Amino acid sequence: MSQILQVENLSVQFHTYTGTIQAVRDISFGIRENKVTAIVGESGCGKSVTSKAVMGLIQKPGVISKESKIFFKGEDILGYTEKQWEDYRGQKCSIVFQDALTALNPTMDIGRQITEKIRVHRRVNRQEAWQEGIRMLEQVGIPGAAMRMRQYPHEFSGGMRQRVMIAIALTLHPQLLIADEPTTALDVTIQADILDMMKEIQREQGMTIILITHDLGIVANFAQDIIVMYAGKVVEKGSAEDIFYHPAHPYTEALLRAVPRLDISGGQLETIEGAPPNMADPPAGCPFADRCKKKRPVCGTGFPGEAEIAEGHQVCCWLYMDDGGGSGDGR
Amino acid sequence: MVDNTDCLLEVQGLKKYFKVGKKKMLRAVDDVSFYIRKGETLGVVGESGCGKTTCGRTCLGIYDKTGGQVTYRGEDVHGMDKERRRRFTEQAQIIFQDPYASLDPKMKIQEIVAEGIRAHKMAEDEADIKKRVEGLLSTVGLDPAYGSRYVHEFSGGQRQRIGIARALAVEPEFIVCDEPISALDVSIQAQIVNLLKRLQKEKELTYMFIAHDLSMVKHISDRVMVMYLGKVMEITTADQLYDHPAHPYTQALLSAIPIPDPRVEAGKVRIRMEGEIPSPVDPPEGCRFQNRCPYAEKKCREETPVLEKIGEGHFAACHRCG
Ligand SMILES: Nc1ncnc2c1ncn2[C@@H]1O[C@H](COP(=O)(O)OP(=O)(O)OP(=O)(O)O)[C@@H](O)[C@H]1O
Ligand SMILES: Nc1ncnc2c1ncn2[C@@H]1O[C@H](COP(=O)(O)OP(=O)(O)OP(=O)(O)O)[C@@H](O)[C@H]1O
Ligand SMILES: [Mg+2]
Ligand SMILES: [Mg+2]
Repeated sequence: MSQILQVENLSVQFHTYTGTIQAVRDISFGIRENKVTAIVGESGCGKSVTSKAVMGLIQKPGVISKESKIFFKGEDILGYTEKQWEDYRGQKCSIVFQDALTALNPTMDIGRQITEKIRVHRRVNRQEAWQEGIRMLEQVGIPGAAMRMRQYPHEFSGGMRQRVMIAIALTLHPQLLIADEPTTALDVTIQADILDMMKEIQREQGMTIILITHDLGIVANFAQDIIVMYAGKVVEKGSAEDIFYHPAHPYTEALLRAVPRLDISGGQLETIEGAPPNMADPPAGCPFADRCKKKRPVCGTGFPGEAEIAEGHQVCCWLYMDDGGGSGDGR
Repeated sequence: MVDNTDCLLEVQGLKKYFKVGKKKMLRAVDDVSFYIRKGETLGVVGESGCGKTTCGRTCLGIYDKTGGQVTYRGEDVHGMDKERRRRFTEQAQIIFQDPYASLDPKMKIQEIVAEGIRAHKMAEDEADIKKRVEGLLSTVGLDPAYGSRYVHEFSGGQRQRIGIARALAVEPEFIVCDEPISALDVSIQAQIVNLLKRLQKEKELTYMFIAHDLSMVKHISDRVMVMYLGKVMEITTADQLYDHPAHPYTQALLSAIPIPDPRVEAGKVRIRMEGEIPSPVDPPEGCRFQNRCPYAEKKCREETPVLEKIGEGHFAACHRCG
């Protein structure tokens, strides 16, 4: 299976007055072409920082380490010039930001925001771009699109603004779309419409999607592959089947148990006691160890290597290392 | 509608309109009736903008009403004199929807939590206040030593718990929880929901729990009220609502909830609603849901259905259910 994106040894740090925040710490993963990969993990674990790195949007005080490599279709993008980044963003790779509600320009009507984006990348006149914009708004289910083009962001409801952001991200038919919590402001019915629409576009035009969300229901509906992050590290990777039905990392197991199910009622929800480590001073060992029910002395000695427990299913946990003293049977 | 005496809050024909533009009215809450029993949790769900927050705030007298009545222990919430009003704000608290905007960034969290204790003169002296604040912080699972820190030093989930500690500080008996968990990730959500349930058991609290995450609402609620465009569409027990939803809107809402299980998701059929959400400034004639309802007929476009009993403790506003 060909991979559209390969991230190798990516580290991102933020130098702040309170110390250096190690937001992403030496992570590697690949994204299969024309599939949906979900990135999940606790708030602050580095999901958004990773996606910004892939978009070339890490800014001061953020720094990407020298060892880091990101390949898009085999091309090393971290060596790009500003001009090359411009061509890459929007056409090859596009992002829907988590804070969609603040990402729109409040002083410019929606139509202009969309058409300007189109005209930076394509040689079309204003009229053609305007028509294309109307078509995009219709595609994300905004009625009266022609009239809406002339309105300002504050005249849209939260859910509509989020759909506008998705429309803008899709205008240039990117090969890779990164959707960072694209539907948090939407209620379930509109959320389901948007996800169906993204699936349809994906099927018709071919598109790879990286989906970041804390709603595991959406992940179950939408993703073929899942990457689980914890405290700046990738701790588990696999297919949706692997992760939902054969979770290997204790953090993944705990995460799945914390989700309420409509088909199961009452009782206590399981929680994960404790808090994630301070990223200004992360521990040398497994960062989950302090909250892990299966913790053993070896867990504090270093970050465990990656163990392949089934084809395409990898985990970083001492339970699966030969020298970890665990049985490591995987399943 | 209420056939029991252990009712804490009773709402009859409540209306709350906002003025928009020169002479238009936005009907955020439009003729809503329900009750909440002592010690129970009433979940409130519905699309963004359907009036959940407005309803909760009007029930607490934070907003004036446009019409109808809210009674708390038999007393009109909007007709209380100053002294009674002060005692009411001690009994009834709200946890606000936005943990980032509702906590003062310039105050240490121990001051935030102590504010209500001081305002309602609930402590004997400073030492007593300190003791109470420390107790509250540990109740919500925060280290009492955090008391001297400021809000920006806390994560989203921790801030949410500060909001809960603040609400609990005045020992209320009724709390409106307005989306206390939507901004949080699942493991933190679970911590807060478990905390609310534990406190309810220990202190016999009554909750109005507003949320758009229906799985969480089912988990915490005894009964659930479904709102759409300012009106109540259905009210019944949590189990009945999820097992036998009567209103077409409830059915559509439930079918759209993603289940965290890929195999279940792959086989699921969702009821699609056509048509855009209408504006509360200019709601459709007849049933509010008619332009998106797959079953709408002539009567639905002409007559507004009223909330009617369709089974034991089960009420729905739909011509088809009557
Ligand atoms: N500009 C910045 N300056 C300093 N620290 C930052 C900056 N941006 C992110 N961080 C830190 O990097 C870490 C990872 O942040 P990131 O936004 O990637 O989290 P996330 O996984 O997307 O979380 P969430 O689910 O809450 O969106 C956090 O500890 C955060 O505080
Ligand atoms: N202070 C206000 N002035 C004018 N209109 C308002 C005001 N507060 C709410 N509204 C309007 O009333 C309607 C109901 O809003 P409300 O905040 O109660 O919805 P909600 O159900 O809580 O939605 P959400 O799930 O997005 O929080 C919306 O159309 C909103 O725009
Ligand atoms: Mg993020
Ligand atoms: Mg609200």
